[in-house]
Amino acid sequence: MKELMRAFIELVGLFVDDGWLALAIIGVVAVTALVAALAPHGPVAAGIVLLVGCLGVLFGNVMRTRHSGSVQSTRS
Amino acid sequence: MMQWATAAPAISAAFLGSLVEAVEALTIVLAVATVRGWRPAGLGAFAGLALLALIVIVLGPFLNLVPLFGLQLVIGILLLLFGMRWLRKAILRAASVLPHHDESRTFATETTALREQVRSREKRFDWFAGLACFKAVLLEGIEVVFIVIAVGAGRGLVGPASIGALAACALVIAIGFVLRRPLARVPENTLKFAVGVMLSAFGAFWTGEGLGVPWPGHDLAILGFAALFLTVAVIAVALIRRPMAETSS
Repeated sequence: MKELMRAFIELVGLFVDDGWLALAIIGVVAVTALVAALAPHGPVAAGIVLLVGCLGVLFGNVMRTRHSGSVQSTRS
Repeated sequence: MMQWATAAPAISAAFLGSLVEAVEALTIVLAVATVRGWRPAGLGAFAGLALLALIVIVLGPFLNLVPLFGLQLVIGILLLLFGMRWLRKAILRAASVLPHHDESRTFATETTALREQVRSREKRFDWFAGLACFKAVLLEGIEVVFIVIAVGAGRGLVGPASIGALAACALVIAIGFVLRRPLARVPENTLKFAVGVMLSAFGAFWTGEGLGVPWPGHDLAILGFAALFLTVAVIAVALIRRPMAETSS
């Protein structure tokens, strides 16, 4: 039971242990959904927001990690 | 009839993604088999595979009941989380900010731990060995299943994606049997870099599709997204690369 629990926790950890990155991605998707629903020419603008947002989040995350020197999880 | 151009990205993405997971699972199974024999290792691995097959059989049919846009959105978000996480780590490893994943070290750690278990629990059969293999195969296998579903579901590409994943597993098993050694020579970070780029590109594409974004070029847009993620990743590596002296200190 403990092993199954550990396996489950590891599985969940795949998505949450780089918390800032996961939260930032979900934030980008949320903003994209809002733009798609509300903005004029929404779907096209949403596509741009999604792409630029994801690339920006990735770039920002690795730069922040490098400068802070904080190495979080190293699980593959 | 399905066109090769449509199926090829799904096959290659599933193949590369599954290759990484299969190498990780095989490393554990080989370590267990070396110390405790092939019987408990094989049984544990087989049990893990059986449970995996059950999960696929039980959950597979339900995918058709989910609305396409909802499925695309959920899968796209999961792919983004999964792929960008891999890509982030691959960037940090390529830049020497994180140490490289060392399959030899994993192998040594597993064998040492198991030898300790042998000494201290001589009479406890190989439940530990079997469980270690079971867990490794199940966990990595679930990731393979997830990759197949993520890459293939929604566009009727589960078949091609499954072929890619099965080919990767078969290849790694064959290599494992031939070499019977840790697969440290497989350039894992390069593989993860490529897989991270591809999964992130698929993730952005599916998420956008799920939100009704009319991507130019339809499926071909994935190649453009992959190029964008690769460019940003390569630039990030160049900017944050640490000198060897700094990383070794």
